[in-house]
Amino acid sequence: MKYTVNNKGYYGNFGGAFIPEMLYPNIKELENNYIQIIESESFQKEYRDLLKNYVGRPSALYKATRLSEKYNTNIYLKREDLNHTGAHKINNCIGQVLIAQRLQKTKIIAETGAGQHGVATATVCALMGLECIVFMGKIDVERQQPNVKRMEMLGAKVVSVESGSKTLKDATNEAFRYWISNPDSFYIIGSVVGAHPYPDMVARLQAIISEEIQWQLQETIGRNYPDYIIACIGGGSNAAGAYYHFLDNERVTLISVEAAGLGVDSGKSAATTVLGNTGILHASKTLVMQTKDGQIIEPYSISAGLDYPGVGPLHAHLYETGRARVQNASDEEALRAAFLLTKLEGIIPALESSHALAALEKNNFLPNDIVVVNLSGRGDKDMETYIKYKDSF
Amino acid sequence: MNRIQQLFSEKKDTILSIYMTAGYPNLHDTATVIQELQKAGVDMIEIGLPYSDPLADGKTIQDSSTVALQNGITIEGVFNQLRSIRKTVSIPLLCMGYINPIYQFGFESFCKSCKEIGIDGVIIPDLPLWEYEEKYKTLFESYDISVIFLIAPQTPQERVLQIDKASNGFIYMVSSAATTGSKMDIDNEQIAYFARISNMNLKTPRLIGFGISNNATYKKASEYADGVIIGSAFIQAIQKSDNLSDTIQSFITSIRTGK
Repeated sequence: MKYTVNNKGYYGNFGGAFIPEMLYPNIKELENNYIQIIESESFQKEYRDLLKNYVGRPSALYKATRLSEKYNTNIYLKREDLNHTGAHKINNCIGQVLIAQRLQKTKIIAETGAGQHGVATATVCALMGLECIVFMGKIDVERQQPNVKRMEMLGAKVVSVESGSKTLKDATNEAFRYWISNPDSFYIIGSVVGAHPYPDMVARLQAIISEEIQWQLQETIGRNYPDYIIACIGGGSNAAGAYYHFLDNERVTLISVEAAGLGVDSGKSAATTVLGNTGILHASKTLVMQTKDGQIIEPYSISAGLDYPGVGPLHAHLYETGRARVQNASDEEALRAAFLLTKLEGIIPALESSHALAALEKNNFLPNDIVVVNLSGRGDKDMETYIKYKDSF
Repeated sequence: MNRIQQLFSEKKDTILSIYMTAGYPNLHDTATVIQELQKAGVDMIEIGLPYSDPLADGKTIQDSSTVALQNGITIEGVFNQLRSIRKTVSIPLLCMGYINPIYQFGFESFCKSCKEIGIDGVIIPDLPLWEYEEKYKTLFESYDISVIFLIAPQTPQERVLQIDKASNGFIYMVSSAATTGSKMDIDNEQIAYFARISNMNLKTPRLIGFGISNNATYKKASEYADGVIIGSAFIQAIQKSDNLSDTIQSFITSIRTGK
């Protein structure tokens, strides 16, 4: 297993747990228990039951016929958008809340950018009857009011974060600070980022995506792997989940799509592998967008879920080793892809997932190729943006 | 023996260490604040290297870091401001900063600059013990720079012993489960923790920090350790100062004497 985490919490040169000493007992407790819990029979039974009956899994693997015709290949959409709460985020939240329960934690905290992970966390906390606090940058609170209201309706307390640039990275900082001051709480991180064991734990909990792709392809085409998997990456949890069972199968080409924003050279971008270099962000050594003095740069993308100045350490490793092809798509290319999918297939994708779809335009596939695009979320939350641009595409 | 080790071996009553943010309140105040602190009689100074994302800091130090960064401070800038600091300042000086800016500066260059300037120790709150021992210990030791580690109320006993063993300056005892600048007084639970650590008879001296803000908490904490560290309360005192010399003198007096 070349691409899994080692016993020090590293993927090659990336990862680790750069945490202040105050968090050491919490991280150690999690590190000592997460694999054993995830692999236990009682966890698997409960996790899989909830994924099936509550989330609505397995999510469909849909052959997008008209899109396939356009690109003269075979495109399958992994329909994470059909999950309860509208994206892949819930897979991770269900898993982590079950881990929290087994560690006797009753108070849950989470960070959120656009609100998708916050809503998923608030949802599982309502389901389990747990107290929930969600940290969200003040700017995001203002621009994502419907999600704030959803979280509140679900019983969560939403804390508006006023520090730093008042967006996702600062919400994450504030969640860490709260965790330092309240070590009895459990922090549900929403992506494959943060201190070890979070990146590996979240990847394992999202791995249900690639597990299903394997058997769904076996049933449909009689082969349990595709030629390509395309996924967007911000922190990278949907990509980690879609890649997981294929990481060591080199016949599968992995294409990760970052958000180029207004263009990689525009100064308004979130293309971390192009613009970043090795650094430490949110307790993990990874590729980070930063100044030459090591101050973190605020990224930009039209998609709030990809608007993060780093990538998970797994993705930094996949990039460095060449295992994944990392590409990027601009705001405009993502919007074009979203309108195209809507027109041809009757599916309105999330802006994040639209970046993955935009890669179809940038790669040449053979007529026999099997291409899986991870459709990580649905576009309901992005309607305001889509309405704004509806006459441009 | 560097200046930190010398201080702890010689001074027997309460050691007062002050945290200040470099480049704050104004870009060129760094050296002035250090000089005034020495004049006011503090025993040691922690020079904070501002970072955009300070995970372990509360609002006061975060805000001072933001201002300092807006003022244009960088690690290189701090080092340039301190090139001749040892002509006027003889007390131990430490740098306290998060790992990422130091990583970008380069650990080797960082140690070299510290040595040239006369910085005796560093506190890097997000550099974990094993990363230090595996990758950086030899380097810091070769430059005779003490690396200071933190312990917290929830730090398990065997880990406290491990940290004691790895330390060669002092141990930074975080007073409660909190970020900097969070608490105003010391409760019984904290006193139990102070006493528990005190009774372990560690080889390394200890300073208590986080939430020490006035004469009462200064006195209380110093009963259980070799001294205290004050950060946020000091930053608050100087943030609106129009005369740094007077403000610093009266702040330190009030901490030491309650007057």
